[in-house]
Amino acid sequence: MNRDLSILVVEADPQKARDIIDALVEAGWSDVHALAQTAGLEREIKTRQPDIVLIDVANPDRDMLEHLSLASDSKSRAVAMFVDRSDEDLTQAALAAGVSAYVVDGLQMNRIKSVLETAIARFQILRQLQSELDAAKRALEDRKMLDRAKGILMRQRGVSEDEAYQLLRKTAMDQGRKVIDVAQALVTASDLLS
Amino acid sequence: MTRTILNCGYVPLVDSAPLIVAKELGFAAEEGLELNLVAQPSWSATRDMLALGHLDFAHMLSPMPVAMSLGYGGLAGEIDALMVLSVNGTVFGISSKLADTLRAADVALRFGQADHILPALGALGIAHLRIGIPFHYSMHRLLLEYWLQGQGDLSGLKIEIVTIPPPRMADAVEDGDIDAFWVGEPWGSAAVARGAAELVLPGNAVWAFAPEKVLAARHEWVESHKDEVRRLLRALEPAMRWLDTPGNKPLAVEILARSEHLNIAPELIDPAISGMLTPALGAPPVPVERFLLFHQHAAHFPWRSQAAWIATRLGAPAKGIAAAKRCFRSDMYRDALGPTGVDLPGASEKVEGSMRHATAVASSRGHMILGPDAFFDGKLFDFDAGK
Repeated sequence: MNRDLSILVVEADPQKARDIIDALVEAGWSDVHALAQTAGLEREIKTRQPDIVLIDVANPDRDMLEHLSLASDSKSRAVAMFVDRSDEDLTQAALAAGVSAYVVDGLQMNRIKSVLETAIARFQILRQLQSELDAAKRALEDRKMLDRAKGILMRQRGVSEDEAYQLLRKTAMDQGRKVIDVAQALVTASDLLS
Repeated sequence: MTRTILNCGYVPLVDSAPLIVAKELGFAAEEGLELNLVAQPSWSATRDMLALGHLDFAHMLSPMPVAMSLGYGGLAGEIDALMVLSVNGTVFGISSKLADTLRAADVALRFGQADHILPALGALGIAHLRIGIPFHYSMHRLLLEYWLQGQGDLSGLKIEIVTIPPPRMADAVEDGDIDAFWVGEPWGSAAVARGAAELVLPGNAVWAFAPEKVLAARHEWVESHKDEVRRLLRALEPAMRWLDTPGNKPLAVEILARSEHLNIAPELIDPAISGMLTPALGAPPVPVERFLLFHQHAAHFPWRSQAAWIATRLGAPAKGIAAAKRCFRSDMYRDALGPTGVDLPGASEKVEGSMRHATAVASSRGHMILGPDAFFDGKLFDFDAGK
């Protein structure tokens, strides 16, 4: 298979950029570059003239790429958006994984499809890792909040840690709220009163 | 009662206020709707999510449904504009550096008067101007290009229009990446507050009544979900009326600032809502009449002639102009709001640019006040001529 495409990955997070490049290089593409700061995006595209630009769906700079893809300036090679209806499944998969791509107008679909599939697979893994990381962080913060709320009850009401937790849990159940929300309210109120 | 959940995409700008107010003040709930407001990172993302069915409705730049329906840009699709969500509300600003250069050369800067600025640049040795806009298919670009065309001979000046995500407009102008910008609030005021830019024109100085954002939905979805569409329009209309009631404005700023949907400080929301714009850091605020309209002068009516003007400026042929008119759904608007007693204009097209002053016209309840809708150069656009 032909693997001589020039690929530009726009990604501010160096670790994530590295991951995506590795995945593409492993799959056989060698001309892969990453761009972290978006201020130079326009210049980078004009100098490198990539065949494909890969960018996170949520990156606000997509609007800039759209504009470049419409500019008729002969020096900036036309990039057209990939996300069209030519392959609905691939489009939906890309959207779900969080990657969008801009490709040189007229490039054959079969040449870019494998790049897209590789990128989609990698974005999916990264997205999953990110949500696991976010969940872990949230759990840690919830834990801290719960500990603070228990501490407040133990001091103010002179109860044990276990009793403090039972009190929070009962209040939450009575009010139809989550334990963490009750803990949060208690900590906020306590901060305000102290 | 179970509420119908509608996924509404929006870009966190002051003019997304009708959706936020409809949700926060309970207008949507009164219609049995629960608005799930989903903030979008860019206009491209908004377009993709709407076109591919991940959103039911979206707060969109008024040229986007026209461009998509005509097949221009990255992703085509039959998209309707069900109502205009806001009229005007944009600003043209120049970098503080350029403002200082102009002042040093005795070029006076007065907010609202800008026709002398570009012709003055040649004498200052400035041959290149980079102007930032938020998106290619935006009213910002259409107004900017329309205004530029009316600036006489600019052959010695190379003007480059580039897209910059609005939250970064202030950075871009401060870093010298761009010399000027045309942007929606709060981002013009945000650049001024940082001392990075000065405002020279409110958008309505170019076109007094420019449809800025619209409520967009997929055409096929509208046809198969008319009940939801009617209810959403009936929830938004009182929200927009509430927003345009002078006594509510301080509270509106408060609600928008406090809601989780915008994440913008109240002092940056206030200029657009109150119409008091601060053109330069330390300068006194200047009142701008009709800076941003949600309800007055039938602001939310989707005039088919507005769609035609947009299509014309996008370079559409006659067939395209006719198709554009069809995607501004004044029929659906009448169908949804007529029975609720909302005043409706007698026609669905007007001669764009014909009203230099507010004008009384025939309407379903007697008469209503429209306009002004004049262009800065006095041109008229009659898309119904000869029929």
